[in-house]
Amino acid sequence: MVTFTLNGQERTFDGDPDTPLLWVIRDFEKLTGTKYGCGIAQCGACTVHLDGMPHRSCILPISVVEGSEVITIEGVSGKEAEAIKTAWAGLDVPQCGYCQSGQIMSAVALLQMVPKPTDADIDGAMTGNICRCATYHRIRAAIHNAANSMEG
Amino acid sequence: MTLHDIAATRRGFLAGSGLLIGVAIAPKFLAAAPTGVQAGGDSALTPMNAFVKIGTDDTVTVLSKHIEFGQGPFTGLATLVAEELDADWGQMRAVHSPTDNKIYANLLFGLQGTGGSSSIANAYEQMRKAGATARAMLVAAAADDWKVPASEITVEKGRIRHAASNRESGFGAFAEKAALQTPPAEPKLKDPKDFVLIGTDLPKLDTLGKTNGSAIFTLDITPDNLLIAVVAHPEHFGATVKSFDDTEARKVQGVVDVKQVPQGVAVYAENTFAALKGRDALSVEWDLSKAETRSSEELSADYVKLFREKGLEAAGKGNVEEAFNASGLQTVEAEIVFPFLAHAPMEPLDAVFIKADDGSVDIYNGAQFPGMDQATTAQILGLDESKVRVNTQLAGGSFGRRAQFGSPYMQEAASVYAASDRSRPLKHMWTREDDIRGGFYRPMYAHRMRGAINADGEIMAWEQVIVGQSIMGKADLDQTSVEGASNLPYAIPNLKVTSHNVPLAVPPLWWRSVGHTHTGFAVETFVDELFEKIGRDPVEGRLALLKEEPRHAGVLRKAAEMANWGGHVPEGRARGVAVVESFSTYVGQVVEVSVGTDGAPHVHKVWCAVDCGMAVNPNVIKAQMEGGIGYGLGAVLFDAVTLGKGGKIIQSNFHDYRSIRINEMPDVEVEIIKSTEKPTGVGEPGVPPVGPAVANAWRRLTGAPVRKLPIVNIVSA
Ligand code: FES
Ligand code: FES
Repeated sequence: MVTFTLNGQERTFDGDPDTPLLWVIRDFEKLTGTKYGCGIAQCGACTVHLDGMPHRSCILPISVVEGSEVITIEGVSGKEAEAIKTAWAGLDVPQCGYCQSGQIMSAVALLQMVPKPTDADIDGAMTGNICRCATYHRIRAAIHNAANSMEG
Repeated sequence: MTLHDIAATRRGFLAGSGLLIGVAIAPKFLAAAPTGVQAGGDSALTPMNAFVKIGTDDTVTVLSKHIEFGQGPFTGLATLVAEELDADWGQMRAVHSPTDNKIYANLLFGLQGTGGSSSIANAYEQMRKAGATARAMLVAAAADDWKVPASEITVEKGRIRHAASNRESGFGAFAEKAALQTPPAEPKLKDPKDFVLIGTDLPKLDTLGKTNGSAIFTLDITPDNLLIAVVAHPEHFGATVKSFDDTEARKVQGVVDVKQVPQGVAVYAENTFAALKGRDALSVEWDLSKAETRSSEELSADYVKLFREKGLEAAGKGNVEEAFNASGLQTVEAEIVFPFLAHAPMEPLDAVFIKADDGSVDIYNGAQFPGMDQATTAQILGLDESKVRVNTQLAGGSFGRRAQFGSPYMQEAASVYAASDRSRPLKHMWTREDDIRGGFYRPMYAHRMRGAINADGEIMAWEQVIVGQSIMGKADLDQTSVEGASNLPYAIPNLKVTSHNVPLAVPPLWWRSVGHTHTGFAVETFVDELFEKIGRDPVEGRLALLKEEPRHAGVLRKAAEMANWGGHVPEGRARGVAVVESFSTYVGQVVEVSVGTDGAPHVHKVWCAVDCGMAVNPNVIKAQMEGGIGYGLGAVLFDAVTLGKGGKIIQSNFHDYRSIRINEMPDVEVEIIKSTEKPTGVGEPGVPPVGPAVANAWRRLTGAPVRKLPIVNIVSA
């Protein structure tokens, strides 16, 4: 039995301890904002925050999540999250939208750590998130916009 | 709307309770419930016609006959309706229409379907008429209610007004009454100079749900008691199951059943992880007797042999043989080989099947040809077509992948469902590995180019031979193999283009911009080489041969101007240019390239000019150019699906089928040519020019022409 918090609520899981966090979130908790794209930590569609840090939930066995705090796109909040979501909407970043939960979770974590990221910071934090629609140009602009909006 | 609302809505819908109260007065053709999961709002929605519903809360919902997987039809079609309806943009919504090959036909295809960058092009007048009709019916209802002449009523930004009597109303109050009015036979459409919404940057309707995790895709449909199924597939095209042992698979906690299906061996489980673990535990022996066992290398050697054989004539002008034999001409030759390409949409293919109490089945999937999906699945499920409802869902990209004649993916999904006892809802999903190895690739092609230049530096003759699979499965000429080459825009006096169709067990498919993915590359790199040979500037040289093609010339000139072509280029960088028309949209691009740290091209910037007729939503057009550039660039730089020795597929996931990433994405600047021509599509046309433009810059930078794709392979070879 694994106990963890999901978006602030205590949850337990007593299935196969090898089950990746991604499938616990999606299949058992029915929170579907976190997506599957590759299953091997290559695309970032499954990005969640684990104890405040971005992680690829598709390769995290639920057993290692014991006692941890998990935040998904449905639960992410705070000034960075608000700034990112507003910037995303302002530039109409999403196309198909399927990768965007993961993009946003990575971008929020970046701003939490680096409030005023450079292009190189953005490359470093966002390179793990694939967007097959290639919305990268707007993702970069939106992160800068969000950072600027948080100043002052 | 929260996730819980969505779940509740879905349950309500599935239980058969009316989502749309207004359906009670719907015309007969709307009796089928519209696609459920994202039809939002609590208010009653009254249908004005097959495409427009108006809610008592004043919302206007457009039923999109085209699937939304990123190219913007929800926003585009809603813009057309809103314009003629004189609605306020804030009241507009969009959902997928039900499946109906007649009512919701793509007017260019004759059946319901999305593709060929045709959504706006085919629906431009139809959607405007739908809006104008609804407007006329609302006005008639208001006139009747207010007892005033309809001609005195005005509509603006969603408000219906009668100035003389100082009366005013929103749409919702008159929705039901309006639906009872006789629609005008020929609704009057606006003069384009009076447009207030078309041509402006309206915010996209689907953005919000895609920034907070609430947008529902097929993979997100999780009814109670859901079974998950995955299929073990062969690693060779054309292989079939010889035998399998499921002992270990059945021991996996959560695995419910294992069944053989025509496409492989299906594992059914209580959750996704169990299904995947069960599949891993299977041991399957494959029958390779009918499989393709040649490697990509062997295939390309076979393709190249066909260059000298007589092909199917695709274009002929003047006398090419004579021209090449004339004295004093310099002949230039090139052979270019293109690999198989997977589409790799972000959401791998998936489908959900749910049986209703009356035995009919609801299917949820990213249906690009919903009517075809319906016919195919009905046959496999042994049901009448009327008993199968295909509910089109938002899909995580397609790039051509979901548009398949005969719906082969849905054949697999339906076969898996049919092999279950159908008592439980079932989701069939592909993993990324299934996707990359699933075939239906952009086929391999080989091109042989020959050009003749005279002493005055004029291109006198052009010969092009194209070898590859026919996407349309034809024995005679397949236009999709030669488009972009057979209608070469350059004025060259002697022209010959031929093709060879190669039969292969690897299933082919169109891939974002279809034939232009390779013809655009071959034509634009080769013409550029010829200009280099004769010492002509590539922009000037092209313009001189495009005198009869003003729209090609227009985007080329514009892109050159944006880039300040001929101006200063930073040390260590070079520029390349290309111009390609596809789907009646013209795109010119200039790129700036250096040698990256890994030795491969690093693309710094792309200047892009597009002429797609009248721009319905400039923001969406720019987004499609940006996305198309990224998609095309990633493929040209990195991607190939390769058959290894013995025909086994080598790549399997994003670690070896690389996607472009943010650090590899160039800065992109887009300008749209002002035009009063009818709007044409933008989903695909951004793709073709970027590859040749990069290859041209690369050749100028390094001296090495790109003869084999992807570029990264020649660099690392
Ligand atoms: S699904 Fe986890 S990184 Fe791709
Ligand atoms: S928006 Fe489609 S994959 Fe990113």
